[in-house]
Amino acid sequence: MNKLIYGFIEENKLDILNEWIETTKDNADDRVLRVVSDQVFTSTSREFVDLIISNIKGTKEDYTSRLTDFAEKVVRLGWPLTFVTKGLHTFGEIVFEKMEKSELVTKDNQMEVIREFGAWMTPMNNEIVSVYSTTWEKTVSLQKIALQELSAPLIPVFEKITVMPLVGTIDTERAKQIMENLLKGVVKHRSEVVLIDITGVPVVDTMVAHHIIQAADAVRLIGAKCIICGIRPEIAQTIVSLGIDLNQLTTQNSLQKGIETALELTDRKIIVMEGAK
Amino acid sequence: MSIQSCVTIINEWDIVAARQLGRNVAKELGFGIVDQARITTAISELARNIFLYAGKGQICIDKLNEGGKVGLAINATDNGPGISDIRQVMEDGFSTSGGLGAGLPGVKRLMDQFDIESSPGDGTKIKATKWLR
Repeated sequence: MNKLIYGFIEENKLDILNEWIETTKDNADDRVLRVVSDQVFTSTSREFVDLIISNIKGTKEDYTSRLTDFAEKVVRLGWPLTFVTKGLHTFGEIVFEKMEKSELVTKDNQMEVIREFGAWMTPMNNEIVSVYSTTWEKTVSLQKIALQELSAPLIPVFEKITVMPLVGTIDTERAKQIMENLLKGVVKHRSEVVLIDITGVPVVDTMVAHHIIQAADAVRLIGAKCIICGIRPEIAQTIVSLGIDLNQLTTQNSLQKGIETALELTDRKIIVMEGAK
Repeated sequence: MSIQSCVTIINEWDIVAARQLGRNVAKELGFGIVDQARITTAISELARNIFLYAGKGQICIDKLNEGGKVGLAINATDNGPGISDIRQVMEDGFSTSGGLGAGLPGVKRLMDQFDIESSPGDGTKIKATKWLR
């Protein structure tokens, strides 16, 4: 039975390919067509059909590696998964219709052919979906690691003074890290003053404020002082509107002022050297 | 006349998506930096409430144009447990989650109009509007 389908596809390869390209192109949304040129579309489509055919004749290992290669390529091209799975489905439909027309499928063997089709298509479908999701999972986990790396660094700038610049959104996970890094770092660097710079934090809502207040409290408990700097004018206004009480904290509008305050607190200051031009 | 776009809130990152949507719409309508910050902060509060208390819900941003008055409305809807005493949650400092309790009263102060509809078991519906001056 498999030979019947395979033989038919092999024989009418070009015909099927052309019809498939036409149909999928009609069905493809702009998103697909915008990202790839006609040529790439056609050549990739050909590769796709070749791949489908090689599933029948090639060895299992050969096929799996080619499928992985193909799926990775399609992911790189930015083809949506639904487009590819739909394409696979369309391919099956075209082949089946054509076989029906040339009367290779009869009432007697109809069920058998359909079952055969399913057995041939389903693993391919599964494989493509799994390659896609693996690629995505990999990307997501890599990005998560990348995010964690730039999450909450602590930088000692002077003796007894450390800075933690925060950039980007603060969620619960990050807030936890900020707290941990802050306390660990204060002890490790023997800091007396810690500056938390929130210039790069886009939104300060009650949760972010709450975490900052808690972090500052914790820092005070281990004997250091915390200064929040980089509060932009619009953030200051929203904090006031929200009614968040930051009176317990020392705040400054810029990191520069924060460092000056920190130096003052540790009985030092920056002076201009005499004789300097 | 209003044009709507929505974000479904299921996890913490959806809060960021809702905020981003709100900021873009606010920018488009011509709100200044301070109002943009107010609107995004209000969205952040409402979206976080959905995430914390209801688990799932929706934030929709409407562009309003009523008789030449241009504005932006945030619609936060969920089918969560609802609020039994609305007056209580609108008081500063009330929180059931150990937070600051400034969220809802804060949103009211950040925006121009604020409507809340909620009853236990029926979920919560909040509409907060900011007009462009």
